[in-house]
Amino acid sequence: MKILVCISVVPDTTSKITIDSSNLRVSTNGITNIVGPYDDYALSRALEIKEMFSSEVVIFHVGGAESEPLIRKCLALGADYAVRIDGNPTDSYQIAKEISDYVKENHFDLILMGKESIDYNSGLVHGIVAGMLNFNHFSPVMHLDIENEKLKIEVEIDGGKASIECPLPAVLGCQEPIAEWKIPNMRGIMAARTKEIKVLNMSSQSSSKILSEEIIDTERKQIQIPADNLELLVEYLKSEITF
Amino acid sequence: MKNIAIFVDIKNDKLTSYSTNLLAFVENWSVKQPDSKLFLYTLDEVSTLEVLGPFISDAYAFNYEFHSLFACNEDLIELTQHLKLNEIGQIFCSKSNILDSIFSLLSGELQMNMVSNIVDVRLIEGQIEFEMATFSGKARLKKTIQSTDFIGIFPKSFQGQDLPNVNPKQATISFEKLLLSRKSNHTIDKISKMEGLIPLNEAQIVVGAGRGMKDPANWEIITSLAKKINASTACSKPVSDLNWRPHHEHVGQTGVKIAPKLYIACGISGAIQHLAGVNGSRIIVVINNDSEAPFFKHADYCIKGDLFDIVPRLTNLLNSR
Repeated sequence: MKILVCISVVPDTTSKITIDSSNLRVSTNGITNIVGPYDDYALSRALEIKEMFSSEVVIFHVGGAESEPLIRKCLALGADYAVRIDGNPTDSYQIAKEISDYVKENHFDLILMGKESIDYNSGLVHGIVAGMLNFNHFSPVMHLDIENEKLKIEVEIDGGKASIECPLPAVLGCQEPIAEWKIPNMRGIMAARTKEIKVLNMSSQSSSKILSEEIIDTERKQIQIPADNLELLVEYLKSEITF
Repeated sequence: MKNIAIFVDIKNDKLTSYSTNLLAFVENWSVKQPDSKLFLYTLDEVSTLEVLGPFISDAYAFNYEFHSLFACNEDLIELTQHLKLNEIGQIFCSKSNILDSIFSLLSGELQMNMVSNIVDVRLIEGQIEFEMATFSGKARLKKTIQSTDFIGIFPKSFQGQDLPNVNPKQATISFEKLLLSRKSNHTIDKISKMEGLIPLNEAQIVVGAGRGMKDPANWEIITSLAKKINASTACSKPVSDLNWRPHHEHVGQTGVKIAPKLYIACGISGAIQHLAGVNGSRIIVVINNDSEAPFFKHADYCIKGDLFDIVPRLTNLLNSR
């Protein structure tokens, strides 16, 4: 079985985000990037499946060369090789097109990724990929097992969850608690040095144009309420909302 | 493609409040595009919905077994054909797992750009300009798309504008019911729904609690406060990681993102990842015994003290009123 794990590279969750001088994109200065936390869950589960079924796990990323150390980290965790599409995508559709174009030329049974990236939070790429390839699609998936070449998954639905059995091929958007994040060991890090990262050119065009991006800083009132005067809080709240 | 569709959620034959807000916005929007007709769609079970806005041309209920969960675009052939037949070029809907899934599957086939987390959308000189929340609400992005066709996904907290009094007479619309059949070969073993709970992303009031609660057995004070003010309960990531509370209550960057009118955080220090999930809240009240807790800098009302003393007193105070 071949598994493609698509990763996003995003600012660390603790980063203070600023905008660069063009006012168009978030500044990369002083920002530590990480593999998207949800994508990390997807990768961790893919690697567990690899151990159980001797599957092949391939990392896929659309982005610049600066992402390579993070791709290398994914290889150190146990992925077999990686594909990087060189470019700077501007929307979900463009990324989805790159993934589906690659999968059309290279067979994969299962495509995993996070339910959303934590930068643009759209959560659409997996669904668009499934639509383009006519694969089965579920998101957000919280448990994933494979039995007799079929997926056994638990997926969050609006107001609850569902246990589903579904045939391959499929595209899944993943979230906790599908697997625990993994840390690469020294042997993995050494092995990753010689693993291949294929670099391909971006083929798709963007259909949207970014006009500006700005940081929102919500000012809060920070009114101090003495612990022995909760009546004051109730007065304030009742003047603002109805219970 | 020239017409507009809005997808609404209907519960007990009534439009949900977030669908009502979105509908008001879309009716305004459709007035600005006089050549367009506005169609209303729902995937919910509905017997009657007598009064809709004055601008709606037709309404359709695609009745389907909710739990059938679409797996691929073949499941959606009827809906795709219907949208094409009605020449739908713009689709408005509120964010939900099911609609996210449906439209991301269909966007390629419908040749429509999909835009999510929309804070505002404007028509400027024939071009559509979107403003979107990005970086978990820390930033806003403005962008345009090449065509005027799009699928717009709005957060449930989206506030539409008030309708001008264009036409006081409200049209009565009869629903045309249509069937959506499932063709994919997945099977559903079990569905568990959380009955009686207000989903966190729809809640108007949320009471959250963190590791300051010390033990899962202490949660009773939180649930009674929540019950008193008709709130949903939330928790921080460490709490759900420790299995003190169910995973679906986890609010934060990698959990649910909420935007209620009021969020009361008890014993949560306010790590940046938690703030990313709650910064859409209108009013934030923080109760914490650590006066250095970073959450106080992001609160409207700060109460420094022992939550085991404060929360029950607050509940009693609200009880006596």
